[in-house]
Amino acid sequence: MPDLTPNIGAHVSIEKSSLQQVLDVLKTMGYSLVGPTLGEGAIVYDDIDGIDDLPRGWTDRQDAATYQLQKRGDDSYFGYVVGPQSWKKYLYPPSYRLGTVERKNGSYSSTPNDEEAPRYALIGVRACELKAITIQDNVFLGGDYQAPCYKSRRQSAFVLAVNCTEPGGTCFCTSMDAGPQVGPGFDLALTELDDVFVVEIGSDIARHVMSEIPWQPSGAFELQAARRAIASAETRMGRQLDTSDLPDLLYNNLDHPRWDDVAQRCLSCTNCTLVCPTCFCSDVLEISDLTGQKVDRVRVWDSCFSLEFSHVHGGNIRPATRSRYRQWLTHKFASWIDQFGSSGCVGCGRCITWCPVGIDVTEEVAAIRMEGPQQ
Amino acid sequence: MNVPNTLTATPMTNGNPMQDYPAVVTEITEDAVAVATYMLAFQDVDVGQQFNFSAGQFNMILLPGIGEVPISISSDPGTPQSLGHTIRYAGNVTSAIARLQTGDIVGLRGPYGSHWPMDKAIGQDICIVTGGIGLAPLRPAIYEIINKRDDYGQVILLYGARTSADMLYTDEFDTWQNHDIQVHTTIDRAEEGWSGHVGVVPMLFYHLRLDPANTLVLTCGPEIMMRFVIYEALARRIPRENIYVSMERNMKCGVGFCGHCQIGPKFMCKEGPVLSFAQFEPFFGVEDF
Ligand SMILES: Cc1cc2nc3c(=O)[nH]c(=O)nc-3n(C[C@H](O)[C@H](O)[C@H](O)COP(=O)(O)OP(=O)(O)OC[C@H]3O[C@@H](n4cnc5c(N)ncnc54)[C@H](O)[C@@H]3O)c2cc1C
Ligand code: SF4
Ligand code: SF4
Ligand code: FES
Repeated sequence: MPDLTPNIGAHVSIEKSSLQQVLDVLKTMGYSLVGPTLGEGAIVYDDIDGIDDLPRGWTDRQDAATYQLQKRGDDSYFGYVVGPQSWKKYLYPPSYRLGTVERKNGSYSSTPNDEEAPRYALIGVRACELKAITIQDNVFLGGDYQAPCYKSRRQSAFVLAVNCTEPGGTCFCTSMDAGPQVGPGFDLALTELDDVFVVEIGSDIARHVMSEIPWQPSGAFELQAARRAIASAETRMGRQLDTSDLPDLLYNNLDHPRWDDVAQRCLSCTNCTLVCPTCFCSDVLEISDLTGQKVDRVRVWDSCFSLEFSHVHGGNIRPATRSRYRQWLTHKFASWIDQFGSSGCVGCGRCITWCPVGIDVTEEVAAIRMEGPQQ
Repeated sequence: MNVPNTLTATPMTNGNPMQDYPAVVTEITEDAVAVATYMLAFQDVDVGQQFNFSAGQFNMILLPGIGEVPISISSDPGTPQSLGHTIRYAGNVTSAIARLQTGDIVGLRGPYGSHWPMDKAIGQDICIVTGGIGLAPLRPAIYEIINKRDDYGQVILLYGARTSADMLYTDEFDTWQNHDIQVHTTIDRAEEGWSGHVGVVPMLFYHLRLDPANTLVLTCGPEIMMRFVIYEALARRIPRENIYVSMERNMKCGVGFCGHCQIGPKFMCKEGPVLSFAQFEPFFGVEDF
């Protein structure tokens, strides 16, 4: 047991089985562990207890409208990419009670939700996903107003990230500058090699965690193997997206015939927005008790693909699928840049995989680019 | 009662930006067919005293169990302790508002959004062009002009409504005119007893003599009307930066979280609802955008 605490920025190597000890330490620190596990036909994020809950030895074959779990033939803990869910389900829950209003005999009181936020340790956060989290940070914490629900969950979360060494069929994080190597913001970042994890230390809390785990400074060979594995992943992305001229490319083509074309295929089912790790739109439901005197106000995920989303009295701003798809794509790849200084897409490929008709954002952007600005 | 004392003026940044505060309906005035003005006062005096707003900003009004809607403040920014909201009964929430009586309590939060450029307008002429309920968000600007009448040059109001019964604040027109504000009105179709203009609002431009380089146009109304107003203003060589519009979009949060109010790169609840035409020309009038 080394009595040294590794420094921030240091790379250390641990036995793969020692990951269990890392999780145990996090548990004793009061974190709720959530991470990838085998769900119904997909890898989903759920409560986990230890490394035995991870989808060890499994991988996922992904393509447009296609997702399939397969055995890998080895014992990798992180040999798959991302499933339909993202960490936003924890940091920005799909349904959250904002507060409760009570009215009795003419009095009125409105109490914000002050339940203590869960402290999550997010286990197995991919590069694109960490980038997506920092993008949502900008939305909920970066402006004049801060969302209390997001803030408390986010600030207390521990991020155990994983560098991708094997990208999926719909991945294009390299194009979006979001991977496969994990960027800033993690506590610990693992690279999985055959027999060890190379672990990068990203925070003081992580140093504290590692001080309880047997580790070795990573050797030159291990460091090189880790670097190579990531560099090789970069060359094997399933998809690519040329981001040059964005946002103007889309702004200059708001009347492009491709919008009609994609509208023929798109079902407006909202899947793409629900699986997207950066999509943040919401609605508020008013839920009364039987007496009608007590009302919970519940924030729920919403989607720009629904008709009501743009409802104003006298009609909807975006009545047709054409204008809703255009809103989603131009928001992700154009207006997001104006609003928050970065693209709203991290290239995780979820919207491509989980679109029931296989609409592919990389293809849609490319089509507009190739067919050029219309007169 | 839990009323955190964190409400500051503009913008409200502390604590929970979506926290509503109880406000009492102190007075209801019927303005026109299916339109009334509700004066609201925060129940907590401290909250009320901290509340300030600028002409053109809006509040979110909550009827618990029914819904929350964005409504412009239509009263005098000089007396923010009593807040006027002029509301047209349109659907669910606004119909429930129609059933309110004085003494009833609603949830109120704000003020949100951008405001009319009353500072920039100092020393300039102002041309206010509105239709129907669109006059409501402009009434605070008129109050402000009256409060500081010498700060502004020629002030003209062009106001159109479907019928004379749809016209708001008609009993204030005299006061406005007494403060040297020219009031030109028009209705869509001729009516017995109507001596004003008949036709759409943008037509009223034809009667004006403007000093284009020194005129600000402030407009709010149906989008199609604003489109023609912009067109008329540009045709008179009023610079794009001097033409201001107030845009209406679905709004659920008022603070940039819910995504509903976007027009291209702009959130109407933060950068809007008041924008200069120069700020969003490329996106104005794009069909269904
Ligand atoms: C910045 C701003 C200022 C406004 N100022 C005023 C005002 O001063 N006076 C006034 O009468 N009206 C104003 N409106 C319009 C008012 O918000 C709508 O009439 C109201 O939301 C309709 O709600 P409803 O439930 O009665 O109608 P429904 O048609 O039943 O609407 C259902 C829901 O859709 C949304 N919605 C519907 N219409 C609109 C709309 N036009 N704008 C935004 N959301 C909408 C609301 O969330 C509402 O809860 C303003 C709107 C905005 C965006
Ligand atoms: S737009 Fe698609 S690929 Fe991009 S981040 Fe969202 S789900 Fe992933
Ligand atoms: S693009 Fe695909 S996933 Fe998104 S709404 Fe259309 S059909 Fe659904
Ligand atoms: S009203 Fe919610 S983002 Fe503007």
